[in-house]
Amino acid sequence: MVKLVKGIIEDIELTRAYNQQLIALARENPKIVDVEADVGNCIFGPEFQKVFPDRYINLGLCEQSLSSVSAGMSAVGLIPFCHTFAVFASRRMCDQNYISVAYAKNNVKIIASAPGISSGENGGTHHACEDIALVRPIPNIVIMDPADSTAMRWAVRKAAETFGVFYIRAERLKGYRVYEEDSEFELGKANVIRNGKDVTLIAEGSLILNNCLKAAEILEKKGISARVVDIFTIKPIDVDTIVRCARETGAIVTAENHSITGGLGSAVAEVLCDNNCVVPMKRIGIPNRFGEVAQPDELLEVMHMTEKDIAEAAETVIAEKKRNEK
Amino acid sequence: MDELKRFALEIRIETLNMLSRHGFGHVGGSLSIADALAVLYGKQMRYDPKNPKWEGRDYLVLSKGHCGPALYSALAIKGFFPREELLTINKLGTRLPSHTDKNLTPGIDMTTGSLGQGVSCALGMALGLKVQGKPNLVYAIIGDGEAQEGQVWETMLIAPNKGLDNFIVLLDNNRQQLDGFTNDISSLGDVCKKAEAFGWFVVDVDGHDVAAIDQAIEECKRSDKPGFINLNTIKGKGWPAKEAVLGNHALRGAAFEGVDEALADLRRQLEEMQ
Repeated sequence: MVKLVKGIIEDIELTRAYNQQLIALARENPKIVDVEADVGNCIFGPEFQKVFPDRYINLGLCEQSLSSVSAGMSAVGLIPFCHTFAVFASRRMCDQNYISVAYAKNNVKIIASAPGISSGENGGTHHACEDIALVRPIPNIVIMDPADSTAMRWAVRKAAETFGVFYIRAERLKGYRVYEEDSEFELGKANVIRNGKDVTLIAEGSLILNNCLKAAEILEKKGISARVVDIFTIKPIDVDTIVRCARETGAIVTAENHSITGGLGSAVAEVLCDNNCVVPMKRIGIPNRFGEVAQPDELLEVMHMTEKDIAEAAETVIAEKKRNEK
Repeated sequence: MDELKRFALEIRIETLNMLSRHGFGHVGGSLSIADALAVLYGKQMRYDPKNPKWEGRDYLVLSKGHCGPALYSALAIKGFFPREELLTINKLGTRLPSHTDKNLTPGIDMTTGSLGQGVSCALGMALGLKVQGKPNLVYAIIGDGEAQEGQVWETMLIAPNKGLDNFIVLLDNNRQQLDGFTNDISSLGDVCKKAEAFGWFVVDVDGHDVAAIDQAIEECKRSDKPGFINLNTIKGKGWPAKEAVLGNHALRGAAFEGVDEALADLRRQLEEMQ
């Protein structure tokens, strides 16, 4: 069971939580290696290198090799955690992730930092708006976007313990704490982090989950009871929870730090279609456009991903639900 | 060396037999690597056909994965699986798909099929073995067409930088690729000089001379650098009508006309050697 904490700002970035957990796991398991393609410094890689100099492999700038070399290391028994920015880990490594890693059934963990718009000032070239859409069709892959440091630590441990391919998004910003440290998660199980009965807000990742919680408060002031769900694993997706929320609240808003095409919103819509429980639904996320330079919070405004936007979408789907009931 | 020559002939016979009976396959590049495979599986590599996952084995990655049929022939001849199974090539449910797959075939160490990736995976294997302090060697066979892939050159850069003296790349330089002659499409230029400049120990050999290939591997093993062997080969080698001619990359149906004579000729050569 997860235990909830009332939104306090974290004292560390999710990437640091990742790095700390990887070092802890590497102490237990000599097969864990950290494979980088020059951007290790951005996720505190040197901390790992200090403890395990021989197990920190920096290949230089070569994302295609990052993926295939990690696959090769897995084939001789190691557990590689390979990292680069989400834009490269998905777009640039796409075929390598597909063939060398997944099709070949290698035990590789892909760590994709700075997902979505969170690399703000680096601009549109560095905004991973479509990484989930590119990775999601790969059979058997696990996709996670941990919402806080507790979830991240659990995700990294689970990835290390489980043979198979994991794609883990790692936010470089400090987010809000959602879960108590001793929370127990389940792979493929979403977590309801606020109860409600009129609408369900389903979120992925730390950047936007808190906006959903704030949106729920805005709605509460208007007498609307909003349920908030942290999807936790985008693949496998928690069909039971989505179907239950659709049936119980009758309206859904998804919110993701990703394009509204091919990511969480699409995945939830697929679940609703496949399970005969289509309800009014809206997708909040990066619309059909490229990113641009700005601070992440400015970009949330530009892309219509703020708590206000989420609350408005919730009111729209509730109105549609009511119209349908008439 | 006669034994290796016979082994190479047998690989060619099995390859042509299975592909012509199936009616499709990558004949040209399979035939050009037969001699290198004979040296690797006939002499140089450590392996146990009864225990393909033996930890002490050397690894081979066939980065030009479409030439799986030649490798399957070598593995079957050496007893990794029954020779009759070769005739299941590319049939639904087979353990022998056109491109090598480590999860299907006993003796295959890496799944390949997207050119440029296999050699990069092989680099990862060599690196992973080093990290674990293991003495096994990793071999990779790439094609000259494949060497147009950027990822190959990432490997060329990384392997010497990481000191991978346990890694030997064999370039099947048959001067042809799917669309035609490599020099007409995008020449590799002086590939030996390039490899040397990247920091590899380089040997340039006749890729159909088993003694020369064997000697080249010995020299690579003694070097403290990763080894690069340029195999000067002929695409389609062993079927004279298909040697170094356009359209020999993959054959289908009627293109196999004349294969019975070619097989009879190869079998005669084999008998003469026995």
